[in-house]
Amino acid sequence: MEPLLAIVIGVLVALSVYLLLRKNLVRVVIGVVILSNAVNLLIFTLGRLDRGIPPLIAAGEYVPTEAIANPLPQALVLTAIVIGFGLFAYALVLTYRAYTEMGTINVDDMRVAEPAYKGEELPETAVTEGEEK
Amino acid sequence: MTILFSVLLIFGAAFIGPMAAKYFRNVSGWVLALFPLTVFVYLLSYIPLVSGGEVFRESYTWVSYLGINLSFYLDGFSLMFALIVSGVGTFIMIYGGGYLGADPKLPRFYFSILLFMGSMLGVVLADNIIALFIFWELTSISSYLLIGYKHEKEESRKSALQALLITGSGGLVLLAGLILLGMMAGTMEISEMLSDPAVLADHPWYLGMLICILIGAFTKSAQFPFHFWLPGAMAAPTPVSAYLHSATMVKAGIYLLARLSPVISGTVEWTYIVTITGAITMLISAWLALAHTDLKKLLAYSTVMALGTLTMLLGMGHEYAVKAVAVFILGHSLYKGALFMVAGTIDHEAGTRDVTQLGGLRKLMPFTATFGCIAALSMAGIAPLLGFIGKELVYEAALSAAIFPMFFIFAAVAANVAVVATSAIVVLKPFFGEFKETPKKVHEAPVSMWIGPAFLSVLSILFGVLPFMIDGTLITKAAASIAGTPELVVSLSLWHGINAALILSVLTLLSGIGVFFLWDNFRSSKVMQGYDRVLGVAPKNGYEHTLNGILSFASAQTRFFQNGYLRYYLLTLITFFVVLTGYTIVAKTDMAMMLDFSDIMFYEWILAGVIITAAFAAVFASSGLVAIAALGVVGYSISLVYVLFSAPDLAITQVLVETLTVILVALVLVHIPKFQGYTAPSSKIRDGIIAAGAGLVVTLVMLAVLTLDFDPYMSEYFAENSYVVAYGRNIVNVILVDFRALDTFGEIVVLGVAGVGVYGLIKFGRKLHAKEGTNV
Amino acid sequence: MKSVILQTATRLIFPLLLVFSIFMFFRGHNEPGGGFIGGLVGAAAFVLFAIAFGTKVTRELLRIDPRIMVGWGLLFALLSGFISMWAGDAFFTGQWVFPVLFGNELHIGTPLIFDIGVYLVVVGFTLAVIFALEEETN
Repeated sequence: MEPLLAIVIGVLVALSVYLLLRKNLVRVVIGVVILSNAVNLLIFTLGRLDRGIPPLIAAGEYVPTEAIANPLPQALVLTAIVIGFGLFAYALVLTYRAYTEMGTINVDDMRVAEPAYKGEELPETAVTEGEEK
Repeated sequence: MTILFSVLLIFGAAFIGPMAAKYFRNVSGWVLALFPLTVFVYLLSYIPLVSGGEVFRESYTWVSYLGINLSFYLDGFSLMFALIVSGVGTFIMIYGGGYLGADPKLPRFYFSILLFMGSMLGVVLADNIIALFIFWELTSISSYLLIGYKHEKEESRKSALQALLITGSGGLVLLAGLILLGMMAGTMEISEMLSDPAVLADHPWYLGMLICILIGAFTKSAQFPFHFWLPGAMAAPTPVSAYLHSATMVKAGIYLLARLSPVISGTVEWTYIVTITGAITMLISAWLALAHTDLKKLLAYSTVMALGTLTMLLGMGHEYAVKAVAVFILGHSLYKGALFMVAGTIDHEAGTRDVTQLGGLRKLMPFTATFGCIAALSMAGIAPLLGFIGKELVYEAALSAAIFPMFFIFAAVAANVAVVATSAIVVLKPFFGEFKETPKKVHEAPVSMWIGPAFLSVLSILFGVLPFMIDGTLITKAAASIAGTPELVVSLSLWHGINAALILSVLTLLSGIGVFFLWDNFRSSKVMQGYDRVLGVAPKNGYEHTLNGILSFASAQTRFFQNGYLRYYLLTLITFFVVLTGYTIVAKTDMAMMLDFSDIMFYEWILAGVIITAAFAAVFASSGLVAIAALGVVGYSISLVYVLFSAPDLAITQVLVETLTVILVALVLVHIPKFQGYTAPSSKIRDGIIAAGAGLVVTLVMLAVLTLDFDPYMSEYFAENSYVVAYGRNIVNVILVDFRALDTFGEIVVLGVAGVGVYGLIKFGRKLHAKEGTNV
Repeated sequence: MKSVILQTATRLIFPLLLVFSIFMFFRGHNEPGGGFIGGLVGAAAFVLFAIAFGTKVTRELLRIDPRIMVGWGLLFALLSGFISMWAGDAFFTGQWVFPVLFGNELHIGTPLIFDIGVYLVVVGFTLAVIFALEEETN
C-alpha cells in the first residue's frame, strides 16, 4: 500500500503547490489545508503501514503480545492534525481580516508591507500604505 | 607601571579626553599631552636595559585553550616604534588642541585620536598575534572615525569609508594569514616564534600564509595597487594626517613585516614579491606627488614613497637594508610629522594649502618657516640631517641587492630625485618668493602649533650631527630585531668617504633641484597629467567601480528576489526545492524503487481514487462551496486511510477536525466575495509544471525512503514500556502525555498562541475601525 | 440560524456529547481517545449549541471565557511537570499513586493532569476562535 499512498501524496502536494501559487488568498488557504493533510499522511506512511493491528496492549498483558502498528508516527501525526487545524483557523481569519482591511483577496495587490521600489509601477488595483480601505 | 598599564593609560585617556576638552578649553591639548608624555618617559627608562640586550614580556591569560593571550613584548624594535608613537603623539595632542581649538567637535577628536594612539601602541607592543590583530583592527576603526571627522562633508565620509574598506578587508585576509602562521609555528606568541624559528619555508601552507599576511600589510601601508587610499585620506584634519599618515598607522604594515621577517622572510617568494612591490610603489608614488599642488597631497604621496622604500628594504633583508629600515623609519617619522604639521599651520593661517596660491610667508611666520625648512632638508636627504644618513643607507642597500641591483639603484635614485623636488616645493613655494595674497590674513601660529615641528626638526639635526645618540641606544637593537641576529651592531656616521652612495646622493640632489625649477611647466604637461590619470586616478576609479558594482548587484538581486509578489517568493523556493532535491534523487540514488502494488485491496484502490478526485475537485471547482465540500471529502477519506491502517486515534481526530473546519469555513467564506482576478493561461501552465515537479519529487523521495530498512528501535521501546512504566495500554496516548509530554506541551502552547492571535485579529481590528468611523 | 428542529435535537444531543467527550477523555489511556479527541468532541458539543441557540446563551452556559480556559489548560499541563520536579525527577516524568477503590486498584498520575490540560486547551482554542468569528460575522 505504501507505494500507492506515495503517489496519492505526490498528487496532493502537486495540487496544494498549485494552489499556493494562486493570486486568490482563499485558494492559498485551501492549499495550506491540503498540504498539511499530505504531510500528515507522508509521516504516517513512512512509519510503515499495517492493517487491523492498532497499537494497543491487550487487557491483562504488560507488553504487546502480537505485532502492532507503529505508534510513534501516530503520536506525531495526532498533534500535527490539531496544530494544522490551529494554523488553518489562523490563516482563514487572517484572510478575512486582510479582506476587511484592504478590500481585496488578491495577494498581488497587497503591497502595504512591501511598497514599490523606486521606479517600479504597481498595478492600479494595488493597495499600499495609507490607502487601506 | 607595566606595559599593559601604559597601553590602558592611553585608552583611559580617550574617555577622559572629551571631558578635558570641556574643562580645560584652550589648554586641553597640553593637559592631554601629559598622557602620551608619561608613556614616552616610561618607555625611555627601558632604553638602557634594552640596549644591553634584554627583552621584556608580559602575559595575561585571555582565551587559553585557543592560545590567545593579552601579551606584550618589548625589544629594540618595538621600543623604537612605541617611542615614536608616544613621542609624536605628545606633540599631536598639543598641536590638535591648537589646530581644532574652537571646533565644537573637539571632544570627539580627542576621543578618537587617543583611542587610535592606544591601539597603535597595542599593535607595536603586542606579542600574541591575535591580540596584535585586534589592536590592528582597532586602528582601522579609529582611523575611520578620524578621517571622517568632518562628517558633514561627503568627500570626508567617502574617503573614510574607502580607507576602512581597504584596510578592513586587508585586515580580514591578514587574520587568515596570522591564524595559518600560528598553526604552522605551533604558537601564537611572536616572542616564541622569534626565539625558536621553526623552518616555515618548506611548509606546504607557506605561500598561502605569506600572501595573506602581505595583503594585510600592503593594504595598511598603502602599497601599489592600494596606494590610492592614503592621498584620499587627506580629507582628515591635518593633526590626524600628521599622526596617522606619517609616523604611525601606515607604518603598521611595515612594522608587521619587519616584526615577522625573522620568521617568514628569506625565501625567494618573499624576496621577489616584497622588494618589487616596494620598489614599484616607491617609484610610482614619488612622481605622482609632482602632479599635485595641494601641500597635503604632495606630502601624502611622498609618504607612500617612503613606505615603498621601507617595503623594498625589508624584501632585500640583508644587513644594509635592515640598518636602513631602522634609520629610515625614525628619520621619516621626525621630518614627515613636522612637515604635515607645518602644512596644517599654513592651511590654518592662510586659508589655503595650494602651493600655487602661496608665497613669501617666511617673514609673517618665522618659526613655522624655519622648522619647516629644516624638516624639508632632512626629507631631501641633505647633510648633516638624519634624512641624509637614512638615504645613504638606502643607496648602500640598493647597491648590494641580491637581485636586479641595477633596477633598484635606478628606482631609488629616480624616486629620490622626485622627493628632493617635492621637499623643495613644499617649503620654497609657500615661504619664499613673492608674497601672495591669501584668503585669510596670515599671522604666526600660536606656540602649540609650532612646538611640535620645532622639537621634531631639532631632533632631525641632533641625530644627524651626533648619530652616536641613537645608534647604540636605539638603532642597533631595532635593526638586530628585524634581522633576527642579536649580535648585529650598527654604527652610524655622516661621512663615509667618497663612495658610490655619496656620488648618487649628489646626483640626486642636483637632478632634484633641476626638476623643481622645471616643475611649473612639467606639472601641467600632458605626460604628467596622463601619468597621474593612469597610476593615481585609475586605481581609485577601479575601487569605486568595484564598490558601485557590488552595490548595484546587491540592489538588482534584491529587486529580483524580493519583488513584493508573494507568489514569486514561493515559486523561487519551490523551484529550488524541485531542482536541487530532484537532481539529488535522480543522480544519487539507484532508481530501483519499490513499486509493488500486489498487496492492495480493491477498496484501497477506490479510496485512493476518491482522495485524488476530490482533491482535483477542490482545486478546479468553479464555486467556492463545491471546493469546500470536496476538501471535506479529502479529509474524511484520509481518516478512512487511518482507520484501515490501524490508527483509530488519528481517524477520530481527523473526523472531528474536518467537521470543525467546515464550520469555520462556513462562518468566514460567506463574507468574502468571489474572486475578481485574472491569471494568464501561460502562468497557469508554468505553475502547473512546477507543482507537478514538486509532487513528483515528493513521491520519488518517499519511494526512495521506503526502499530502506525500517528501524523500529524507538517504536519498540515505547511499545514495551507503555504499560510497564506508564500504566497505559493506548501506546499513542502514552507517548503524547507521558513519554513525549514536553513536545505535546509545546504544541498546546502553539495552539494557545494561535487562539490569542485569532482573537486579536478579530476583536482589535474591529475596534480600530469603529474608532475611525468606517464600517467594514 | 434559529431552527426549532435543530434546537430540540440539540437539547437532546448536547448532554450526550458532553458525556461522550468525558468518556473519550478518560478511556484515552487504554483505548483510542484522550485529551485531544475528548477536547474536540467537547468543543463540537458547544459549537452545536452555539449554532442552535447563539453564542450569547452558549457563553452563559459555559460560564468561563474560552480564552481563560486555554490559560487554565496550559497551567494544568505545566503543573504536572512541576510535580515531577518536586518529586526530584526530570520535568514531565510521570508520578503515580495507586489508591484502591471498590476493590479495584486505580492508576492515577501526573499524565492525567497533563491530559486535562490538553483537553482544556483544545476546547478553549476551538471555542475562542469559533465564538469570536460567529460574533464578528453576525
